[in-house]
Amino acid sequence: MPIVKSLRVIGRRTVNSVWRLGYASRFFMLTLFYSGASFRRFHLTVKEMFSSGVMSLIIILVAGMFVGMVLGLQGYETLKRYGSESALGSLVALSLVRELGPVLAALLFASRAGSAMTAEIGLMKATEQIAAMEMMAVNPISRVIAPRFWAGVISMPLLSALFSAMGVFGGYVVGVVLIGVDEGSFWSQMQSAVDFQHDVMNGVIKSFVFGVAVTVIALFEGFDAPPTAEGVSGATTRTVVQSSLAILILDFILTAFMFRGE
Amino acid sequence: MRAPENQAGFNFVTSQALVEIRDVNFTYDSRPVLKGINMTLPKGRVIAIMGGSGCGKTTLFRLIGGALKPNKGHVKIDGQVIHELDPQGLYDIRRKMGVLFQFGALFTDMSVYDNVAFQMREHTDLPEEIIRDLVMMKLHAVGLRGTHDLMPAELSGGMARRVALARTVALDPMLILYDEPFAGLDPISLTVVGNLIRRLNDALGATSVIVTHDVQESLKIVDYIYFIADGVIVAEGTPDEIRASDKPFVHQFVHGEMDGPVPFHYPGGDYQQDLGVRA
Repeated sequence: MPIVKSLRVIGRRTVNSVWRLGYASRFFMLTLFYSGASFRRFHLTVKEMFSSGVMSLIIILVAGMFVGMVLGLQGYETLKRYGSESALGSLVALSLVRELGPVLAALLFASRAGSAMTAEIGLMKATEQIAAMEMMAVNPISRVIAPRFWAGVISMPLLSALFSAMGVFGGYVVGVVLIGVDEGSFWSQMQSAVDFQHDVMNGVIKSFVFGVAVTVIALFEGFDAPPTAEGVSGATTRTVVQSSLAILILDFILTAFMFRGE
Repeated sequence: MRAPENQAGFNFVTSQALVEIRDVNFTYDSRPVLKGINMTLPKGRVIAIMGGSGCGKTTLFRLIGGALKPNKGHVKIDGQVIHELDPQGLYDIRRKMGVLFQFGALFTDMSVYDNVAFQMREHTDLPEEIIRDLVMMKLHAVGLRGTHDLMPAELSGGMARRVALARTVALDPMLILYDEPFAGLDPISLTVVGNLIRRLNDALGATSVIVTHDVQESLKIVDYIYFIADGVIVAEGTPDEIRASDKPFVHQFVHGEMDGPVPFHYPGGDYQQDLGVRA
């Protein structure tokens, strides 16, 4: 009976998905519960911030610069039609601070640092390092997972801010230096258009939420990866795919709550 | 087969037991892996648990370490039933245990020094100068003091196993578990690791349990051997008794014979029928 077989497959996949979601939620709660050591022994978290945050700097800064330059070019082309070239500064800054900074920095963070986290944890599991830690009476959630989680959560808003800053600089280089938009109006328009609470803080909140989502997905996929080469490679792929989708879906939800077309 | 005294004059029946395994049954996915296992592992001795691949010895190893719970029976370490302990109780008893994993399981993001110092930093408040001295002493005991600033990736397989051994005994455990400690080692490393297991056990006054299928190396260093096949203990005794055993399974295993109670051929249909010679 092909219908019964199909129903059975759908049922099994649904049950598996719900089970995994429950397991991931439990994993997240345990990570929060065992986070004390990440702050008491903050050097553990700082070490992870170096590998996930500092090591992502190059890609974030270069990408931010070019995104800002493209915004400068495209923004100028569009604004010129309405004679509003002087508003280029506010267009570049608002686009970056509200949307592009948090979203693109998070997507880059997921591909660079998230995949590395998954592969590292997955390989630690495959080579019995996690089991060894358990047998040494050291809780791997507290010692391995929580410092990486907080490192990701702290790094993400900082990386996003740097992405936006580089983007603004890129927009300035193209708009003011190359095209010749008036420098005074570029900066003053930006200053008057960007509201710290409404724009900058909402951008920071977004990048914080993306940081939590990407890091939890990356760590959970690594921790749950089958201890084989194929298992770790599959988990790394799932991290990038699921993180990217989560970022875009969460971005829509957060934007809807924060800006509501005002 | 059971003989209470080995060649060292040690009595396995009257000696104080550190680990007691009583009527342990374990089922994995409705497949029985261990069936009614009983063992007594006395203090101060080196005991081997042997058997072919898939016989249940690794499951038994994980039951002793508290990583699995038996379906029936219990494992007692130092008077405490392992599977009845809460997580904190389990961690407390694990602090008195050392485990050497099959390929060492060294932390690849830490140097040799930091690997050996790991448990000292996690479980004690010792100042760094004392930790340094202790790490150097542990590494010296395994002959690798000179490697303290190397990373695990820079070590050979035998060296990695010895560093892992130094890490295993970092906190002077009362019980040391070895999971296939001889797997994949060259003859020199094999002898070195074997001797170190014996010497460290005697120096610490610990109890060592070696799960292995390396017969010849184990017979040289252990006090007592349990043979497991199909989830039950099929033979036990001192190394001399095992060597002299006429039990078919033990004889096949010790002498590495191709055919015997463990058949060469996986069960299948009629050979001639498969070849189409006979209808």
